Amino acid sequence: MHFLKLVLRNALRHRLRTALTVLGLVVAFLSFGLLQTIVAAWYHGAEAAAPNRLITRNAVSLTIPLPLHYREKVRAVDGVKAVAVANWFAGVYQDPKNFFPQFAVEPVPYFSMYPEYRVPEEAFRAFLRDRKGAIVGRKLADTYGFKVGDAVPLKGTIFPGNWEFVVRGIYDAGEAKTDTSLFFFHWDYLNETMKQRQPLRANQVGIFVVEVSDVERAAAVSQEIDKQFKNSIAETLTETEQAFQIGFVKQTEAIVIAIRVVSFVVIFIILAVMANTMAMTARERFREYATLKALGFAPRYVAALIFGESLAITAVGCAIGIGLTFPVGGWFASQMGTLFPVFEVSENTVALQIACAVAVGAIAAALPARRAARVRIAEGLRAIG
Amino acid sequence: MALPIRYTLRNLWTRKLTTALTAGGMALVVFVFAAVQMLDTGLRATLVATGQPDNVLITRRGAGAEISSGVDRSQASIVESQPEIASGAGGTRMISKEAVILITLPKRGTGQATNVTTRGIGEAGLMLRPQVQLVQGRAFERGSTEVVVGKSLATRFESATVGSVLRFGGREWRVVGIFDSGGAAFDSEVWGDNDQLMQAFRRQAYSSVIGRLVDANAYTDLKTRLEGDPRLTLDVKRERVFYEEQSQALSKFISYLGLTLSIIFSIGAMIGAMITMYAAVANRVREIGTLRALGFRRRAVLMAFLFESVLLGAVGGAVGIALASFMQLVQISTLNWQSFAELAFSFALTPKIAVLSFCFAIVMGIVGGFLPAVRAARLKIVDALRAA
Amino acid sequence: MRDQRIVEIRNLSKSYQRGGQIVPVLSDITLDIASGEFVALMGPSGSGKSTLLNLIAGIDKPDGGMLRVAGIDIAELSESELADWRAEHVGFIFQFYNLMPVLTAFENVELPLLLTRLTSGERKSHVETALAMVSLSDRMEHYPSELSGGQQQRVAIARAIITDPTILVADEPTGDLDRASAEDILNLMDRLNAELGKTIIMVTHDPNAARRARSLRHLEKGVLTADRS
Repeated sequence: MHFLKLVLRNALRHRLRTALTVLGLVVAFLSFGLLQTIVAAWYHGAEAAAPNRLITRNAVSLTIPLPLHYREKVRAVDGVKAVAVANWFAGVYQDPKNFFPQFAVEPVPYFSMYPEYRVPEEAFRAFLRDRKGAIVGRKLADTYGFKVGDAVPLKGTIFPGNWEFVVRGIYDAGEAKTDTSLFFFHWDYLNETMKQRQPLRANQVGIFVVEVSDVERAAAVSQEIDKQFKNSIAETLTETEQAFQIGFVKQTEAIVIAIRVVSFVVIFIILAVMANTMAMTARERFREYATLKALGFAPRYVAALIFGESLAITAVGCAIGIGLTFPVGGWFASQMGTLFPVFEVSENTVALQIACAVAVGAIAAALPARRAARVRIAEGLRAIG
Repeated sequence: MALPIRYTLRNLWTRKLTTALTAGGMALVVFVFAAVQMLDTGLRATLVATGQPDNVLITRRGAGAEISSGVDRSQASIVESQPEIASGAGGTRMISKEAVILITLPKRGTGQATNVTTRGIGEAGLMLRPQVQLVQGRAFERGSTEVVVGKSLATRFESATVGSVLRFGGREWRVVGIFDSGGAAFDSEVWGDNDQLMQAFRRQAYSSVIGRLVDANAYTDLKTRLEGDPRLTLDVKRERVFYEEQSQALSKFISYLGLTLSIIFSIGAMIGAMITMYAAVANRVREIGTLRALGFRRRAVLMAFLFESVLLGAVGGAVGIALASFMQLVQISTLNWQSFAELAFSFALTPKIAVLSFCFAIVMGIVGGFLPAVRAARLKIVDALRAA
Repeated sequence: MRDQRIVEIRNLSKSYQRGGQIVPVLSDITLDIASGEFVALMGPSGSGKSTLLNLIAGIDKPDGGMLRVAGIDIAELSESELADWRAEHVGFIFQFYNLMPVLTAFENVELPLLLTRLTSGERKSHVETALAMVSLSDRMEHYPSELSGGQQQRVAIARAIITDPTILVADEPTGDLDRASAEDILNLMDRLNAELGKTIIMVTHDPNAARRARSLRHLEKGVLTADRS
């Protein structure tokens, strides 16, 4: 009890210094938490992937389409439960910086494969009835103020010309990790329009989303699909949805790694600040430590005092930092709009914050504690300031 | 009259550990600040080097990137016949109709499938890019399935060395040479014959048309005429501008994120400086009183402490820039979101970045040291002299 | 010049605020000190003798009354005018020497000269002369931590006289020294007064030190009591 009281009183002796140190710690742990969350958000697509979904694409690259008639062959493969065609649309809404993903899909098979996109039944029927209808995610709708019945014009990049859609429904997230920043419309509408505008580019499919009846056989099914088209003009590559998503993340891995590295740099910065605070504090109290030892306290006790103070200060800073990560993260996510579809502070992040705090507190105290524990009493008593 | 500089220097030297830790924190912030800008500069340099000042690049209207563009044969012929397009030796039109296709290749080491731009170029394709030099092997033979690869591709992909074979589009492509485009984005590309590539992929339309202008001023005329022609629906851009726009999203992302982080991190470092300087003032109260009694003005005391903090910043800045300069040895490769292809670029340290980073460090020193210095200058002499 | 009054004080008063209460420290002090005098101010703790010295030295401001030192009404000067005035007219000797720990003996003595227009060559010869006078020519490059208390105080005296100030003020100059060192310092001050004609005002409660002064003033509860010449 005495020990804790002494630690606390010591920590509060230089109120300004302690307050500044805590403020620095808060800033550091807050930004560390946010950066870790950004990295996690990067991988969210892979986490949201379901194990029973496969993606079949052109083996050369995602940008090269597959013929529509592949659909029947894929469907015929043993173990395939359902197939849906989908195309990446890449339209521009008003300004290129208003980016959100748009997909032309076959509505019925696609939405039954993605039960986590919760569309009200009435809205889905309305969507099916309207050739130019669209289903948009809740987050996307909130960002741009889309309401049911609104017209959404998109300017094509891959598919040239102006396109007009009408919002027929808004889907909600079935799970926390569900992306609700997507925009879906009828694949048939895309294809019919292309038939008129550029007949050569009609009946071409970006990807086939394949649902397997047995998760255990997913690997065998993907091999079987690719075998169908071996040595044809458009060979396919089928992989699980997760592998497909990770493929995207991997290509931007350099950026993810940079953010990770930088998030640890801030911990080193605060470690320097904290170590400095403890070094100065211990130096000023050298005489007190010598006095304590003269009174008969063990060197261990003196070292523990310094460790206790350091850990107490980092604990407070880290606790406030973690506490702030949630509201600030929420604010950041709302500012970023659809750029980070899912932005959740995970338990892992909090655990990492705590681990770093303990490390910072302990390392910062190590050197001063060693010195104080080793100081010879007579020498310490003579030291001034 | 100011206090001597050695007074400040020796005070910093006396408390070496504190000085090192405080300056070290600042150095890390400066490192992040400089590295991010170096990355952004490297990225821009790569894309600016890619475009020639008097080349134009023509894509389908609204396509934005070559990969999503299509220019059919008749449109390309109209472009070719424009009077603003220069003719080379022997009357060849200085124009290259190009097919740009993304293929995936496994990266060296990780085997990670990565998007690689494959460019089928026309006859004048090489002449239009004088920065491209063959460094190994020879140029590809027109009408054959031979290709040449950029030098940064050659180092990062196992299958991209002279003599090896790439398989895509149902054919085998023999790598016969490696070229260096002087740090341009082409260094991450595979080049071959446009007709061969289009046949292999059953392409009917080119992706883009690149032409040399008779002179740089002819641009406006060409742009007005082509973009006004109802048969064409094309976008005409200077090649350099086109490539700059290609990197906008990535560049913005890097610089925004970097600036935000630098500012947030600098709060930590400035707090560190503030703690150090408050302690320096507290430990030297009697010294300050003495100096004032001897006739040094408040301003001299203020400046002495501010200078001490600025010096901490300067040390941090110098160390940070030195650390960042090592980053020039590192090459980054990532997916460019706009062209959807792998792009390699390096950290480029320019004098401007060095100066900016150093100023940033000095500002951190000033901000961190200001309040403590004011406290020092405001001490009452009598109280200060009485302090223990 | 000997009879010129260096310090003229009329009805001087000074009080401090302590915990919301106003505590009078000096009340109605009237005092003249002539050029070339060596005055000791004595009195018990809290009598106001240090406050009076601080006021004369221009590092504190009076509440009322007239305070003229070296012919200038220093109560009227601004903060920075006062700083310049101190640099020109006052040399300080402190109980704890107050040398800059990061500067050598030479640099400490040189410090006040940085406020003058002397060239570095001129400064060097001045400092060497001053250090020779306090018999420390061989310790010029030493830092204060490498010197004994008496040596440090001698450096401080060299610093105090380097600008040839009008008055020297000393606050308990021997308070932190052993008997022998204290004697050295007092002899030195004696010489400064006798041979160089320096006006010295010294606060002390050491009777040995007080005995060396040419005149003695007693303060008690902020009032001058008996004078003895």
